[in-house]
Amino acid sequence: MRALKAALWRLAQAVPVALMVVVLNFFLLKAVPGDMADVIAGEAGAATPEFMAQLRSQFGDDQPLPAQFIAYVKKVATFDLGWSFRYNASVASLIFDRLAATLLLMGLALLLAVLLGSALGVVAATTRQGWLRRLIGLFATLGFALPAFWLGLMIVVLFTLKLGWLPSSGLDTMGSDAHGWAYLRDVTVHLVMPVGCLAFSYLAMYIRLMHEAVRDVSQLDFVRTARAKGSSRRRQVWRHVVPNALVPVVTLTGVQFGALLSGSVTLETVFAWPGLGQLALAAVSSRDINLLLGLLFVTSLFVVVVNLLTEAVHGWLDPRIEHGARR
Amino acid sequence: MNLPWRSIPLWLGALCLLAIGVAALAAPVLVGSDPLAMVARPYLWPGQNAAHWLGTDMLGRDLWSGLVYGARVSLRIGLEAGVCTALLGLAIGCLAGYFGGWVDNLLMRVTELFQIMPSLIFTLVLVIILGPRVDTLVLGIAATAWPNVARLARGEAQRLAGMEFVQAARVIGMSEARILWVHILPNALMPVLAMLAMLVGHAILTEAALAFLGLSDPNVVSWGSMIGAGRDVLRTAWYMTALPGLAIFFTVAALGLLGGALNDWLNPRRGGLQ
Repeated sequence: MRALKAALWRLAQAVPVALMVVVLNFFLLKAVPGDMADVIAGEAGAATPEFMAQLRSQFGDDQPLPAQFIAYVKKVATFDLGWSFRYNASVASLIFDRLAATLLLMGLALLLAVLLGSALGVVAATTRQGWLRRLIGLFATLGFALPAFWLGLMIVVLFTLKLGWLPSSGLDTMGSDAHGWAYLRDVTVHLVMPVGCLAFSYLAMYIRLMHEAVRDVSQLDFVRTARAKGSSRRRQVWRHVVPNALVPVVTLTGVQFGALLSGSVTLETVFAWPGLGQLALAAVSSRDINLLLGLLFVTSLFVVVVNLLTEAVHGWLDPRIEHGARR
Repeated sequence: MNLPWRSIPLWLGALCLLAIGVAALAAPVLVGSDPLAMVARPYLWPGQNAAHWLGTDMLGRDLWSGLVYGARVSLRIGLEAGVCTALLGLAIGCLAGYFGGWVDNLLMRVTELFQIMPSLIFTLVLVIILGPRVDTLVLGIAATAWPNVARLARGEAQRLAGMEFVQAARVIGMSEARILWVHILPNALMPVLAMLAMLVGHAILTEAALAFLGLSDPNVVSWGSMIGAGRDVLRTAWYMTALPGLAIFFTVAALGLLGGALNDWLNPRRGGLQ
């Protein structure tokens, strides 16, 4: 019962943020120079003022701003995000068709980065070898500095063009009719480079985060107690320090999820991954602002959902955190 | 508290940045006035022709002059966007942390909103609406990068607001604005300054990503736009993509080294498992 109440409270907290996303999106839409009538007139080559006026009344652009806003909210509430003239399809269907591919890519990359990054962070914080700590620190600095999309292009040169080991684009081999295991294998081979590259770009953040978290938790009283009662070093680290150090790792994954998604967007365009990044690129190159705003809206809502989930995991990792009672 | 003069990363980072900065400033002397001029046979590989030691691109433009002029654009956008981000975050964080109450609540909700929206897509939207120019790129990057700074500054301002010297200032009748200006802001500045190198690095990376996606000022060369152009001929001439990427990497890595050293100096923390 308490858990349910806490979950509902969290959900209620997310509502104002989601509403603000809607409001901001509306104003961004209105800030675009020209309106839908201009776009259509531009496509058609010419239009009479009467036709333009008719179009404007059809799209509701001649209404006062508050009325337009209410109409916009009504549309958004039913996930009607407008029409993409580039694809000649509804924005919502375009986005939802591609969401899964992005999630697959991001999910695998995140998993890899969290596991590897946490392990390296723990090693960096607990090792007595100065050179090893410095090496991992250097690795984290360099990881931050490598533009992920450039790294992607370079490994395409190496593994696809020079060595011919891995396919460089798409989610599966185009035109292949493989099923079952053969298809799974095909997708896995296509996943290697994008996932590896994206995971590498996330890695630096997790190394640094885990390093700091382990260092901080190590100084807390209960670790000293564990040490005083004579528990082994291994037990201190893995039983007492690491589970608590994971709390900020989970929190930051939620908070930074928007930034993590941005990394995926650029990388997808390198590997022609059929996800949201491809869509963003197409929207940018054809200046399809409707599509781009739809993307911004859906991904923002998605981040809200991920935040709710990480808060749930948070409570599970650290039961002391009172849900519903924000500091 | 003395600067860690013997820190190798600090020196390495500072010297690299100095070299890149000098090259960017001296670009007209170093490589002539026009990086977009077609000066030689296209597709010259690095080392093939002594006069164009880094080779030429598909239109016969000298890559070395492109890199040097690209440094001007990347560093300028990086610095301006980094400083704007820091100032914006500092202002919002200090106001929220110092006043607390509904001001804090409101500003933090806005911060949350900006943190939730995927930064790159948000920047894309802003830059497309405003049109891709150097100043709109700066604005677009700064407008999405400030929430982390604001959170940091807010924590600092909250801590300062409860301290005795601030209470004393209030007791002697100093105005809120003056307290903010002379006590809160300068003291919250330090941790934000430690972040500045990272912010500049982030801005350079974002500019490169935007240019790679095709959103850059068409009148200037930038490292990102060079990568984007080189990508089309990746199969035959990958050096056109590799070189500007290396330039980005060295610049941001130097900023990272510098930032890490400054951070250790300004926010010292010690300890660990004994």
